[in-house]
Amino acid sequence: MTIVKFIVVGFLTILLFILNLYIGSVDIPVSTVNNILFEGGDAEGPLRFIIIESRLPQAITTLLAGGALTVAGLLLQTAFRNPLAGPSILGITSGSSLGVAFVMLFLGGTISAGSYSWGGYTAILIGAFAGSLGVMALLILFSIWLKNDMLLLITGIMVGYLTSSVITLLNYVSSAEGIQGFTMWGMGNFNGVSLARIPLFAITVGIGLICSIMMAKPLNVVLLGENYARNLGINMQWVRNMLLVATGLLTSVVTAFCGPISFIGLAVPHIVRMVFRVADHRIILPGCILTGGMIGLLCNLLCLLPGNMLLPLNGVTPLIGVPVILYVIFKGRRQKR
Amino acid sequence: MDNATTIKTYSLTTGYVTGKERKIITDRLDSELYRGRFVCLLGPNGAGKSTLLRTLAGFQPPLSGKVEIMGHNPASYSSREMSKLLSVVLTEKPLLENMDVEALVSLGRAPYTDFWGRLGKSDHEAVNDAIRLIGIEELRHRQVQSLSDGERQKVMIAKAFAQDTPIIFLDEPTAFLDYPSKVEIMLLLHNLARNLEKTIFMSTHDLDIALQTADDIWLIDKKLGVTTGSHRQLTESGALEKYFQRPGIRFDYSDGLFKIDL
Repeated sequence: MTIVKFIVVGFLTILLFILNLYIGSVDIPVSTVNNILFEGGDAEGPLRFIIIESRLPQAITTLLAGGALTVAGLLLQTAFRNPLAGPSILGITSGSSLGVAFVMLFLGGTISAGSYSWGGYTAILIGAFAGSLGVMALLILFSIWLKNDMLLLITGIMVGYLTSSVITLLNYVSSAEGIQGFTMWGMGNFNGVSLARIPLFAITVGIGLICSIMMAKPLNVVLLGENYARNLGINMQWVRNMLLVATGLLTSVVTAFCGPISFIGLAVPHIVRMVFRVADHRIILPGCILTGGMIGLLCNLLCLLPGNMLLPLNGVTPLIGVPVILYVIFKGRRQKR
Repeated sequence: MDNATTIKTYSLTTGYVTGKERKIITDRLDSELYRGRFVCLLGPNGAGKSTLLRTLAGFQPPLSGKVEIMGHNPASYSSREMSKLLSVVLTEKPLLENMDVEALVSLGRAPYTDFWGRLGKSDHEAVNDAIRLIGIEELRHRQVQSLSDGERQKVMIAKAFAQDTPIIFLDEPTAFLDYPSKVEIMLLLHNLARNLEKTIFMSTHDLDIALQTADDIWLIDKKLGVTTGSHRQLTESGALEKYFQRPGIRFDYSDGLFKIDL
């Protein structure tokens, strides 16, 4: 049964990937796209550039970024034993944003990591990583003091606000150009990675995903709670360190390239649980990678809905995320009664 | 230490440090736990049952003195070695969505499985044995979230048995159960300790059932400290009466149980 579900989700992902290549803000006939993709047509033309240099890297980025955010959300939900945990709600994305803001506004940058020189790119990525690690470390520290899950969540939200306010302050001291670039980046989009940068993006996300998959067994045991996990021989220090690196890396690389994207990390793990109906991370983790990519590709298409303009990604993700979260909250209430 | 002893304490002082103050719970306790015996730790809330339990299990260091688990200092074991010696059933209620009973019991095999947690033949056997021993075959494919408190507690006990350790510690496993379920679980633990040669040590408030099912009793009280012995020994020494005597409660020496004066 699980295999059938993987095949269905995989098929849908491939379908949406292809649709992402064929549909975009510029109308290109299907036959032309076919010609460009399979026969190398329109060799130096603008349409080829749109398909190969814009839509293709965007689709690949979406696939990876969606999976990365979803896995980060899953890790946080399991580790903090809180179904409402996620990289954006806990302020980890904001932490990354703060790091990016520092680098972008001080380097006087304009658009996003994808178009920077190698040095600028590295600086942005390091800034984002440092920001997310900082927030993660803070959360882990707080989770030791705060036994209450809701309080931890609120702490995360507060940390998010705090970083946002620092970012606002930074805006005052930077150039108008820098602010505009940063604002555009802040709306979130998956088209910030050029084809040349894809390998690096893929490798960084890949490292984060491999770290996550290596945690599958300990995460299963952690579902029982930290005390049970320790009694079952799980090295909690190792789990915490891996969690720090994996969620930090996944969140920061996506945030650096695509902006702070909300709701995917929070909501998609729940969609995966609803679909696969198991708790085993050996199934849920790959399920999250695939489904996260799929939902991301779907969001890309939804961005095109108005027809004459492109919606920002963060205008679309709540449309999918909010209903899922409300469902989870109401289901949780029913079970407690 | 003879080979029936699983846990031994030497002048063990337990407690915790708050600020500059040392709060002592047990003072210089010398005692032993044995193979094949079901032992209940009885005492009022706040007497330090959990602290003593955690110290004996090696989860927290003693203030002074020492604990030996299977002849060695708990700190000398790696976490994986320790997980094969002592298993626990705790009061915390895990939030387990989409997990069935068999999957939960299988998590008890975590100390034995490989890096990915794959179950081998012996692991499947241990899980099946545990499910059969605890008598929860009919729950095997039920979702953990759909279980009653009593059923869930049995599943957690099955998890502890699947872990296949000589020692099992339970922290108030009967706390939220109805009376028949309490009796059922304590009888089960009594029989399993005897038949499988396990050391089973549990804290509980269920005085009457504990007195009738436990092989040994550990009494704990803030003022009186810890006294250990069999039901008969504690009756004859007057310890039981001393620990639980309150206005309205009368200790009946003829059967060693407490009666309520109306």
